[in-house]
Amino acid sequence: MSAAGLPQGATPFLGFGRLLRRYGFPVAPEQVSGFMQAVTLLGPRSMADIREAALATLAPPPDRRDEFEAHFRSHFYGNAAALVEGDADEEARIKDDGKTSKQEIEVVRQEEGGELSSASEQLSVREFQRDRDGLAAFRRKLATALPARRSFRTVRTHARGKLDLRRSLREIVSADGDIPSPLLRRRQTVPRKLLILIDVSGSMKHYTSDYLKLAHAAVQGADRAEVFTFGTRLTRITSALRIRDRDQALARAAAQVDDWDGGTRMGPTLLAFLSVPRFSAFARGAAIVILSDALERGDHAELEMAMRRLSARAFRLSLATPLAGDPRFQPATAALRAILPMLDDLVDGSSIAGLTDFILSLARPAPVAAAIWKRVS
Amino acid sequence: MPKRSARTSSAETVATSPEAVASRLAASRYLADESLATAIFLAIRLGKPLLLEGAPGVGKTEAAKAIAELLGRDLVRLQCYEGIDAAHALYEWNYQRQLLAIRHAGEHEVDIYDDRFLIARPLLQVLKAPEKRVLLVDEIDRSDHEFEALLLEFLSDFQISIPERGTIRTTAQPIVILTSNRTRELAEALRRRCVYHWITYPDAIREAEIIMLRAGDVAEATARAVASAVRDIRAHPLAKPPGIAEAVEWANAATILEKGGSPWPEAFRRAIGVLIKDEEDFSSIAPELGKIIEEALA
Repeated sequence: MSAAGLPQGATPFLGFGRLLRRYGFPVAPEQVSGFMQAVTLLGPRSMADIREAALATLAPPPDRRDEFEAHFRSHFYGNAAALVEGDADEEARIKDDGKTSKQEIEVVRQEEGGELSSASEQLSVREFQRDRDGLAAFRRKLATALPARRSFRTVRTHARGKLDLRRSLREIVSADGDIPSPLLRRRQTVPRKLLILIDVSGSMKHYTSDYLKLAHAAVQGADRAEVFTFGTRLTRITSALRIRDRDQALARAAAQVDDWDGGTRMGPTLLAFLSVPRFSAFARGAAIVILSDALERGDHAELEMAMRRLSARAFRLSLATPLAGDPRFQPATAALRAILPMLDDLVDGSSIAGLTDFILSLARPAPVAAAIWKRVS
Repeated sequence: MPKRSARTSSAETVATSPEAVASRLAASRYLADESLATAIFLAIRLGKPLLLEGAPGVGKTEAAKAIAELLGRDLVRLQCYEGIDAAHALYEWNYQRQLLAIRHAGEHEVDIYDDRFLIARPLLQVLKAPEKRVLLVDEIDRSDHEFEALLLEFLSDFQISIPERGTIRTTAQPIVILTSNRTRELAEALRRRCVYHWITYPDAIREAEIIMLRAGDVAEATARAVASAVRDIRAHPLAKPPGIAEAVEWANAATILEKGGSPWPEAFRRAIGVLIKDEEDFSSIAPELGKIIEEALA
């Protein structure tokens, strides 16, 4: 938008739009002109009017509201000190890579924590073997293998369906009143959502890189999949994993997670997950796979509550633990015994091959976890 | 029709300033803060849809009802859900009647794409009489991306094409309100077409005013205590934080119990079922409930 032909007074408003764009706010030209119209309509009688107009027309996302206000102050009041980079207070425990990270250029963290760099080394060394593990095949099969539900939408069909009156009527009209064989429609089936929660705490560090690869294949293959990591905090890494190239996707996901190889606060982080409406709405009716050893430190009451809430929302709640790779494994810890009744499956998570087979079998019915493990013990 | 033209201009005459909008809304028993009143004013005057986002129970749908009342128009509500499609949102043909008409006509000619066979769904209803109706697209975050795209097309051109009939256009710009609980991110294109407002829970003073206005017969002290207690309860990590409607109900219920003979703190405690409707939330808040109520009553 050129400033020619606009009055002198309009420049700060145009400039504000440019400033916001520079900081990664999506601001369209029509929004800037809407902003100026709004300011004119309101008078403006005070700076508060301009602020309200900016909020209403430029529509900053609620989680970046503080940042927006800081930019507003620095631009219109010339108060540069008010400028803060992002806001840290609300996002302390939950990190959503949704919109804010789009501007970020590939930052691969190196040599910061010993564990992290070794993880990425492992990644490159094992690269060749992993493809033999059948992740590419898993990716292809996943879309059709996930459990399905009936949608409200309908599709044309030749058998087993209800009369499609719209198409039938057209046929009747074109056949001059004769009724040819009726045309049918039936309700479509759509795959359910897949939610993968990956434990990145210290006790799981041998498995996390494998799990991330699996998650990458799942995000690439499934229609609607979400991936979160949890340790001491919760991080959404889905949009990093949407990058097609695996190495790039994993590097970006690795850079987003701040709590590699720390302790586990499984209960509180899962509760944090449930307390964000749009995350917990995703869990509703989804197949949830938790990749964790469920070694909760201290009290497991919160973990129990979180698992109960998750299982109430989920279509199927599964826990895959690498510990179950040991034939002598029993769900004997207090935390595992407490959550066992809420689990649909408790399976071995020690190998990618086992996990992919399990995820591909999610649509098939199986006895609940408690029944299986009681029989074994 | 002179009456209709008087109504047409009414949108502009009603919305002369944000304060005028706020006082009109208050007359229809909706208390809007300054920022919401400004957003409504701008949406009406700029002729753009109004997108309201906020947690469940902050009064988004109520705001839409109040706006319709303020303009003296009927509210047409389109409730979104996963899988909603054009037949539910735009129009549908009444096939049974069409078939009957063909049979009945016999040798005569019959236009089966006549108006009487057309079932207008919310979007078409609004398009037919934009000066008389306000469109509310409720909980758009529940619908899927395909429907969002369909809606986007409607909101940019305000026209619907029916293959059998041609395109139906409107002359006047209808007033459209969209609400979202933000269970997922809406498309940027949709956000930027709209005037946007993020509704938060009101502060304790305003919430007390809302309770006084909405509840039947509640003393001012009770309303204030309820507002302050509800504020404390919302600060806890609950699965379902109580909305404004629940707060109003709680004030009502406690007042009834008090008249029935329960003393004050006890009446609040016994009426808690209308405020917190989740067993786990209740057990997590129960130990502190006494303290919260006492502090609120002080």
